[in-house]
Amino acid sequence: MFRAVFRLSSTGARCLVRSKPSISAPLASRCYSHGRVETDEEFDARWVTYFSKPDIDAWELRKGMNTLIGYDLVPEAKIVDSALRACRRLNDMASAIRILEAVKDKAGPHKEIYPYLIQELQPTLSELGISTPEQLGMDKL
Amino acid sequence: MLATRALRLLGKRAISTSVCVRGGHGVAKIEAYTLPAYFDRRENPLPDICYVQDLSAEQASLKEKEQGSWAALSNEEKVALYRISFKQSFAEMGEGTAEWKSVIGGVLFVVGFTGLIVLWQRKYVYGPVPHTFDPEWKAKELQRMLDMRMNPVEGLSAKWDSENKQWKK
Repeated sequence: MFRAVFRLSSTGARCLVRSKPSISAPLASRCYSHGRVETDEEFDARWVTYFSKPDIDAWELRKGMNTLIGYDLVPEAKIVDSALRACRRLNDMASAIRILEAVKDKAGPHKEIYPYLIQELQPTLSELGISTPEQLGMDKL
Repeated sequence: MLATRALRLLGKRAISTSVCVRGGHGVAKIEAYTLPAYFDRRENPLPDICYVQDLSAEQASLKEKEQGSWAALSNEEKVALYRISFKQSFAEMGEGTAEWKSVIGGVLFVVGFTGLIVLWQRKYVYGPVPHTFDPEWKAKELQRMLDMRMNPVEGLSAKWDSENKQWKK
């Protein structure tokens, strides 16, 4: 996942996580004194599974998306893919476009992330017939 | 029975299904502020409700079409579907307003008005200034300061040319 993490433990500088360039996947190391650390792959798999639920309902989609956007990361293409398919199951085209806008917004100043995501998602977008906000002219005012 | 009829009238908005009739008084009126609200926020991309609650016939048929293949929708239809569910796009959300111009204008106007009040006050409210502000008094004051050589090194008296009885050039 794309995560730029720079965290100082509040109990002192016992453990430092170096800030990484945003595209590479850093090792997720947190300052837990005990307990397992969830790897990036586990995180991704968890979210892909969440959105892959066949009978997902609209509330769960909204809740999942809003929570995901609350995290300090840009979701991986496979998570977004899973969410877009969930929108298709729910017959909600508007949410699909909104999700694409939201991940673009999440990337912030890192302008190279969104085109990469769209490139990865292109097969899904073509398959489901989802237009990107750019194609619809919605990224302009 | 009245309660279920009221529930049906309220339509799509999500309401608690457990409605109780107490003491023969019926159901309390559901206030709008207690129901989920729509708001556009970057951090909350999918709000609880759609922006447009009551669909026109055209919008309703578009929603029907949405159930089929999305490739069959034109770009205008896709935008229309978006606008049913959402009020502002992310681009529009981030757009600044021209409000700052009104704010600055308002502030300057109020400052100007305050200036008028101050001027009026000076004219009509305050009494005369003390006699020690008269030009003659001030001249005598200055002479006294020069006579006692006030600030002779770098200040007042240093600037006075006592031979020629004038300020130094």
